[in-house]
Amino acid sequence: MFEKLMNSFLHNFIEEERWKYIADGLFVTLQVTFFAVILGIFLGFLVAMVRSTYDKTGKLKLLNFFCNLYLTVIRGTPVVVQLLITYFVIFGSVNIDKVLVAVIAFGFNSGAYVAEIIRGGIMSVDQGQFEAGRSLGFSYFRTMIYIILPQALKNVLPALANEFIVLLKETSVAGYIALQDLTKGGDIIRSRTYDAFMPLIAVAVIYLLMVMLFNYFVKQLERRLRNSEH
Amino acid sequence: MKKIIAMTLLSAMVLSMTACGSKEVTEEATTEAVATEEAATEEGGQLVMATNAEFPPYEYREGDQIVGIDADIAAAIAEELGMELVIEDMQFDSIIAAVQSGKADIGVAGMTVTEDRLVTVNFSDPYTQAAQVIIVKTDSEIATPDALAGKTIGVQLGTTGDLYAEDIEDATIERYNKGFEAVQALTQGKVDAVIIDREPAKVFVEQNEGLKVVDEEFTVEDYAICIAKENSELLEKINTALATLQESGKLDEIKAKYINAE
Repeated sequence: MFEKLMNSFLHNFIEEERWKYIADGLFVTLQVTFFAVILGIFLGFLVAMVRSTYDKTGKLKLLNFFCNLYLTVIRGTPVVVQLLITYFVIFGSVNIDKVLVAVIAFGFNSGAYVAEIIRGGIMSVDQGQFEAGRSLGFSYFRTMIYIILPQALKNVLPALANEFIVLLKETSVAGYIALQDLTKGGDIIRSRTYDAFMPLIAVAVIYLLMVMLFNYFVKQLERRLRNSEH
Repeated sequence: MKKIIAMTLLSAMVLSMTACGSKEVTEEATTEAVATEEAATEEGGQLVMATNAEFPPYEYREGDQIVGIDADIAAAIAEELGMELVIEDMQFDSIIAAVQSGKADIGVAGMTVTEDRLVTVNFSDPYTQAAQVIIVKTDSEIATPDALAGKTIGVQLGTTGDLYAEDIEDATIERYNKGFEAVQALTQGKVDAVIIDREPAKVFVEQNEGLKVVDEEFTVEDYAICIAKENSELLEKINTALATLQESGKLDEIKAKYINAE
């Protein structure tokens, strides 16, 4: 039993240096996730500001319309389809680095979800906080930055962390555009050894470990942020 | 941090245990499945064929039907054996796994016999000869297989083209899930060349303007039907059926129907 597993392990990962598919794939997955998260936060933050400004003051009507359109389209279509459209349609005629394509597709996708999460956070802060800021003589944006956002971000941290976990796992469809990410790395090994067990379990365990590690850091951050509550 | 490590180890252990457990179960299920299939064979039951219906003219979809050389040959074999043919459409790289695990009886998908594949499954006698060819843009400078060194090459994951492309010096290999996506990447200038089987290549070149097949073939190979290692009884039956079809000229008839139609 053990020997069989060991042989399978050697066959799938050690022979012909097949582990390199997993290692290279892991690097690509991390790269894509990292930059997509940054792009997603940036876009999400921007959209959330526009949307909540519109909700609170009725300004930025046109921008709000475009932001709504963006949210509807992105949240209404599957990420695989968005990825394929980005690669084969939007960047159809140019030869572009596939990591960049994936970052753009996943970043724009994540941005829509992050936007709604942050907007929810902003709306959850009591209106009185806002009025207090304004009556102290803060401008609208200063009130936002110094009073509302710090409270909002703390409230949405668990939801944001969840979004990034989802994003990390969603990048597993990057193989559709022949990008060799972690999942595709496992698939390549599978297509060479015709063994489903080892490559898939290895890939699953690596994703799991990444998510657990990430969760650990988020917990630390949440604990630090709670210090101010006492 | 200790807790994290403990948790990690624990989950890894639990995972590997459940995983091993389920593997044993599958193996048992496979033997059972094989047993029931053998029983079914005698009664003239179903012959489940795994394929990837994105590989014209060997197998492709026409309306809601899967047709092509492989589908017709499999149907003819099923007729010989007095069984009903059921076609399962899946990713190419899953076919061997499906056959090996007993989810399908045979894999017929323009599949070349290679040593790696022989480790996992058995192959029938070859039913046709094929070749891997190179598709390039009409204005490409690539004229021989040797010129592929250092180029970006599109292939379909797990195909022989993929396996052979790995041996090309300094080449970057892009593995698409589907053959036509590799061709699409070629028309968009994302890859320099595509290595794919000859007959599908002809279809792709016909359907896309500005592409051509390089005259010199990349490799020549035989297509065969794959069957699970344990199922040697079925292997014999299929070889007998193939021989009968070869003698009666039915095989050539099927191939002519799809290939010489150009």
